[in-house]
Amino acid sequence: MSSLEVTIGNLALRNPTMLASGVMDETAGSLLRVARAGAGAVVTKSIGSEPRKGYPGPTLVELDDGYINAMGLPNPGIEAFAAEMREARSCLVPVIGSIFASSPKEFSFLASKMQDYGAAAIELNLSCPHAKGYGMEIGVDPETVFTVVREVKSACSIPVFAKLTPNTHRLLEVAKAVEAAGGDAIVAINTVKALAISAEIRRPILSNKGGGLSGPAIKPIGLRCVYDLHADVNIPIVGVGGVENWRDAVEYIMAGASAVQVGSGVGRAGLEVFESICTGMQAFMEREGFNSVSHMVGVAHE
Amino acid sequence: MNKMRIATITSVTKEAAGITTLRFRDDAEVKPGQFYMIWIPHIDEVPMSASYTSAEKGITIKDVGEATHALSSLKVHDRIGVRGPFGNGFMISQGRVLIAGGGTGMASLLPAAEAIDPGRVDVLIGAKTSSEILLLERAKKVSNEVHVSTDDGSMGKKGTVVELVQEHLEAKRYDMVLGCGPERMLSALLKVCDKASVECQLSLERYMKCGAGLCGSCVIDGVRVCKEGPVFSSAELRKMKEFGSSKRDECGRSVRL
Repeated sequence: MSSLEVTIGNLALRNPTMLASGVMDETAGSLLRVARAGAGAVVTKSIGSEPRKGYPGPTLVELDDGYINAMGLPNPGIEAFAAEMREARSCLVPVIGSIFASSPKEFSFLASKMQDYGAAAIELNLSCPHAKGYGMEIGVDPETVFTVVREVKSACSIPVFAKLTPNTHRLLEVAKAVEAAGGDAIVAINTVKALAISAEIRRPILSNKGGGLSGPAIKPIGLRCVYDLHADVNIPIVGVGGVENWRDAVEYIMAGASAVQVGSGVGRAGLEVFESICTGMQAFMEREGFNSVSHMVGVAHE
Repeated sequence: MNKMRIATITSVTKEAAGITTLRFRDDAEVKPGQFYMIWIPHIDEVPMSASYTSAEKGITIKDVGEATHALSSLKVHDRIGVRGPFGNGFMISQGRVLIAGGGTGMASLLPAAEAIDPGRVDVLIGAKTSSEILLLERAKKVSNEVHVSTDDGSMGKKGTVVELVQEHLEAKRYDMVLGCGPERMLSALLKVCDKASVECQLSLERYMKCGAGLCGSCVIDGVRVCKEGPVFSSAELRKMKEFGSSKRDECGRSVRL
């Protein structure tokens, strides 16, 4: 029987599917529900130092092949999130705390809070494409990313993942900076900068105008990023972008990912998406003679 | 998949103090109890239950904030964006149905009342005062048993609509209660129905952003009001710790109701 268990650094997962940050992950109730639905790990909403309302609507545009969103990093703030983490920790899978900040010092503060709350790992949001002063505004500069990762690593002892943006020609340099600073894994990719316009209203639909594209529309972009990252860095990669069935997940793993995250797939395929990816992947592995997921990682490079 | 469509307002009706119905044409098939995400260009996008589900759709708005004020001020020929319908809607059951609406809650209940054969549905409408009693004439077209309660006694029974429901459940056998209104009212309504051993379906309201089951801002105990709701059965409601006690604000913080 093929095993779906994977490890990312020293983090052991029962299967290689994780809930991506930003989707059904703002409350303990949501995180527990996704864990029960079969995810191997869950990543929280990106949490900042202070409560944030996010942008007015519309915050989401639905397309045939995905979504464009600009939520504006709404979150209850790190203090209020303690209560959610306390309850979410009771779930049987690792809870990874996603954080966003505008300086290395603030990242370190949030990371040590998340560690105190019982997070199994930290995911640094270095890639949100639509919030001024945060996310990819920080995550496209290798030197800044190096400093952020190094300071967060020295502020906490749990694994630190860096979620990177594809909206740069410097992705590989940024990834190498994460590795050099002691980062434990790369998560790629966040959403791709995008826009939707209403012809009748003659203006962008999202209140923030620009947003980030996710879903099947960006899978080829994510695959390419993961493929290139696998060739250039030696820390584990978590593939994300348009994963909604076992075949998508296997493709990411063969490109070089040790695990995958599912975000838009939860909206498009339902919460059953985690279980159906796992069932399909296991059947594929048995057909193709793979004993473990690690045997598939990066085989597309051989 | 719910793409944004642009719809033109075909009529504007002032229903009661601060309450307006907008009609617009939209070809989507909408079930009673489902809702739209309504885009008011340059302002915001807000969830609105369908108050009319025929070809000419309708929403009924209470003017309570910037977005609802802008919506209430729209005129015929103005344009709005619509996404949806979203959510599950009411299950129209067999047998005798009692409908109980508080405030604008009546707006999402009337399409359900209209979908039930006349003669097996009774309608109870509650409000603070007579000028806020909503959609009374429309309700009378679907049922001969329409009763009103007001907190100040200015119309119908003095008291709450839940007290009116209790009287009806004691006097008559019903197979299902459909309710919509402020959550304190719904919480009391569930207790009254449970006591009388009558099943109910109640439509809840939470802070909604994406409408599509993704962002998680509208969850109640991990259940998405926009996707698995907004209508929940007695059995589902009894399991919800947050029902009747707390909700999430726009930042996702838990706040008391």
